[in-house]
Amino acid sequence: MPPFRAIPVTEHRLRSMTGRAEPGPRTVVRFAGDSGDGIQLLGGEFSKAVALEHHDLLTLPDFPAEIRAPAGSTFGVSAFQIQFGGDGVLTPGDEADVLFAFNPAALKTNLHTLKPGGLIVAGEGAFTDRNLKRAGYAENPLEDGSLTGFRLIRIDMTRLSAEAVASTGVGKKQAGRAKNFWALGLCFWLFGGRREPAIDWISRKFAAAPDVVASNVAALNAGHAYGETMELDAGDAALGARGELHHGLFRTITGTDAMGLGLAAVAALSGLKITYCSYPITPASALLHFLASLKGQGIVTFQAEDEIAAATAALGASYAGGLGVTTSSGPGIALKSETLSLAVAAELPLLAIDVQRAGPSTGMPTKPEQADLNLALYGRHGEAPLPVLAPATPSECFDIVIEAARIATDHMTPVMILSDAYIANAAEPWELPEVDALPPIAPTFRTDPEGFEPFARDPDTLARPWAKPGTPGLAHRVGGIERASGSGEISYDPENHQRMTDLRAEKVARVALDGLDHDIDSGADRGDLLVLGWGSTYGAIEEAVSRMNRNGLAVGHLHLRQLAPLPPNLGAILARFSRVAVAELNKGQLVRLIRSEFLVDARSVTQVNGLPFRVSDLEAALRDCLDGSQGRPGHGLRTVTGSAGKTA
Amino acid sequence: MAERLIQLTPRDFETDQEVRWCPGCGDYAILKSVRKVLAEVGTDPDSVVFVSGIGCAARFPYYVETYGIHSIHGRAPSLATGIKLANPDLDVWVVGGDGDFLAIGGNHVLHALRRNVDINLLLFNNAIYGLTKGQSSPASLPGTRSPSTPGGSFDAPVNATALALAAGGGFVARTADTLQDHLPEVLLRAHAHRGAAMVEILQNCIVYNDNAFGDLARKKNRAEATVIVRHGEPMVFGAAADKGLVYEAERGTFRVTAEPSEASLHDETNPALAAALARVDDPSLPKPLGIFYCVERADYTTALERHLPYRPLTREALKDVLHEGSWTA
Repeated sequence: MPPFRAIPVTEHRLRSMTGRAEPGPRTVVRFAGDSGDGIQLLGGEFSKAVALEHHDLLTLPDFPAEIRAPAGSTFGVSAFQIQFGGDGVLTPGDEADVLFAFNPAALKTNLHTLKPGGLIVAGEGAFTDRNLKRAGYAENPLEDGSLTGFRLIRIDMTRLSAEAVASTGVGKKQAGRAKNFWALGLCFWLFGGRREPAIDWISRKFAAAPDVVASNVAALNAGHAYGETMELDAGDAALGARGELHHGLFRTITGTDAMGLGLAAVAALSGLKITYCSYPITPASALLHFLASLKGQGIVTFQAEDEIAAATAALGASYAGGLGVTTSSGPGIALKSETLSLAVAAELPLLAIDVQRAGPSTGMPTKPEQADLNLALYGRHGEAPLPVLAPATPSECFDIVIEAARIATDHMTPVMILSDAYIANAAEPWELPEVDALPPIAPTFRTDPEGFEPFARDPDTLARPWAKPGTPGLAHRVGGIERASGSGEISYDPENHQRMTDLRAEKVARVALDGLDHDIDSGADRGDLLVLGWGSTYGAIEEAVSRMNRNGLAVGHLHLRQLAPLPPNLGAILARFSRVAVAELNKGQLVRLIRSEFLVDARSVTQVNGLPFRVSDLEAALRDCLDGSQGRPGHGLRTVTGSAGKTA
Repeated sequence: MAERLIQLTPRDFETDQEVRWCPGCGDYAILKSVRKVLAEVGTDPDSVVFVSGIGCAARFPYYVETYGIHSIHGRAPSLATGIKLANPDLDVWVVGGDGDFLAIGGNHVLHALRRNVDINLLLFNNAIYGLTKGQSSPASLPGTRSPSTPGGSFDAPVNATALALAAGGGFVARTADTLQDHLPEVLLRAHAHRGAAMVEILQNCIVYNDNAFGDLARKKNRAEATVIVRHGEPMVFGAAADKGLVYEAERGTFRVTAEPSEASLHDETNPALAAALARVDDPSLPKPLGIFYCVERADYTTALERHLPYRPLTREALKDVLHEGSWTA
């Protein structure tokens, strides 16, 4: 069986990291400002420009849940971090080389992300008494000497951008909005990159308002000219050699984009009418917006009246012969639970995508966490097993959703996908797949009335036939009441319930034989420590393991894309290492599963602060696991031994 | 579709399942009417889907020889909406009780009506929870004694037809299980209506809420206790058709007249009249039955198709979608 059957593109990406070479020079830039400053747009456009210079990159938008918090407030600060350079950039970077602080609150809340000696570009025009007070500064930090450990460039971006756009004749309001484009222009000077593609994009994006195009372009050019005239330089952070992305066709995508494109691919590969049913929730709604923008090409989108209706409508669509897809984040997934149990009972395909966020309850809606694993694995009434998949990177969302659709239709089962707020929002370059090489998804609809039984089973997969309404001669009834094996008629027979429960479990277990094949992602093939992860922690674990490998440590990294059923060879891989550590952004949900399934003394490395792992923190915690002194304080991670949750 | 060569009969819609309702349950009469209507319409049984939630009424799909799915308490209207999204050509009927439609699933009924999804919603209203052994329901009259309200219920009931009209329902009707002429007549019209059709069927629960609808269900006094309204006809009632209802449009009320010639004509396109009929609860007035309101507007999947026409995505078209915003390294 080929590895990562449905993941040819990602596979390439993963393989590219296994060389274990010292990574080339990297740059981490962080933009921070008011939520009305256009920070995310600035970051997104800078990312595109960086990608066009052939750099690999990974971005981390870090924004508040509030739409427009009061100007100047610390809780209204929106930030965007990007790491770029060479090939194989897997995280947004532990600490920034350059921090753009658009106002005092942005400086206050983001200075800790800047490395010692790093460069601060401060928008000094916004460092007014009022803003300083709002940010909690008694003295102006640009003047009181508190930033002496950093390089500081003070620029009144507010005034300079307003002056630059004055000649275009736009109003004061629009003039004030051009600041982010001014900063983008300055970035082109500081880090290199061509302005033309950005100007083209501005011209297209604001085509309906020529004065807005003119003012944004004027600001962009002025920012660039300012850097040139003042001979500003970013020092070591400036781009050295060009990146080394190999020749190919790329686009910059977030996990949300990749998931949406994956669903479009499912439509094309299967011919099924994808019926996407969702209810607004952060951060999952972005997928609804993306799919709605496809305007009916292969996919029908439906904004339901609530989470439950979204799930049941999706299931109804699958019953009728489409492929129902429903998406949410934790609180909404909880509401869909009863429908998922019906999908298990009625044995219908369904995709349920959980874009996890920090919980419980509303928690921190824009921050990532991996704490819905138990919900996905166990959060249904009755014995209701279903396959659970998790993409490791934004790009992998494309492949995982295709794989999920294949499993759902081949095995007649609902499938859950666990993404999270980080994967959904992070962006990276993605090499476009060869569409003609993607294998078809070939759902089989029953058409022959001869000997038809709705709950007869395929001998290999144990899948029941998919007989959609409208098919002559196959009229039948399905439902939540236990069905007699074969005929599907209502049955309260004790032996039948035992048999059907066993069959449903066995059917899902057999997905393992046909599902994603797993092997070591990178590092040692056997040795002292296996680091097991899943989901969005991929990049941080990969880099931490890579650093340890360069120090001669026999550490391997295995990242699970399929959490239920677990890969059949997982036990054998675990046995090749003397120790196992499970790193995840929760309180130890996968580690308990690994311990109970395989009776191994797996250590737990966890973090629940709403942020991705920092590579350096993770490496320190993994080293503790390696030398047995787990629990050493001071690295910011909690290393938990065993399932009892004993902490340092 | 080719014309049917064989005339269907109600028997063609019987399944091999033993019907498991209590002897004397009103559901039997409704089942009989529905089978009769399906045969009369001559619709292809393979293109019909019955969707239900949970409750006594929700067992309905097992007893009709068409496609059927018995789903989750309250959620049948949204599941049916999904069916129509995937295949708008299916003839979808949704069956539920007052617990299903007015309590746990009230929200979905509201939105199915507002969106005007082309489905027939059959509300079997017996004003009690049957399958869970007799608790009072949101449709129970105040004072209903039940295991959960031993001193009698005291909260106000939901008026299903008034609710359906308020939600924007384009077809709203009320009938009763015992009216074996009127019930099929209403069902035929509901089926013919393109868009969401809400039919409240007053249904007797012989075990937990017998005679909840009093004279309305009894043949003896029915003609005095009810008025059946038909479009364009005077609203007359009484065993000798000797009484009439006069619609007082200004206040939205009715009075009884002993002069049938004075009776107002029913106009099923008049939303104010429909709302007034739905809301009648004065014991001195007959209970209105019939099609209160019937006005067509674009149904949901037709409007969707007009707005965002679905078309299958070819591999070639997929390439265009993927390549948007791409660059060559």
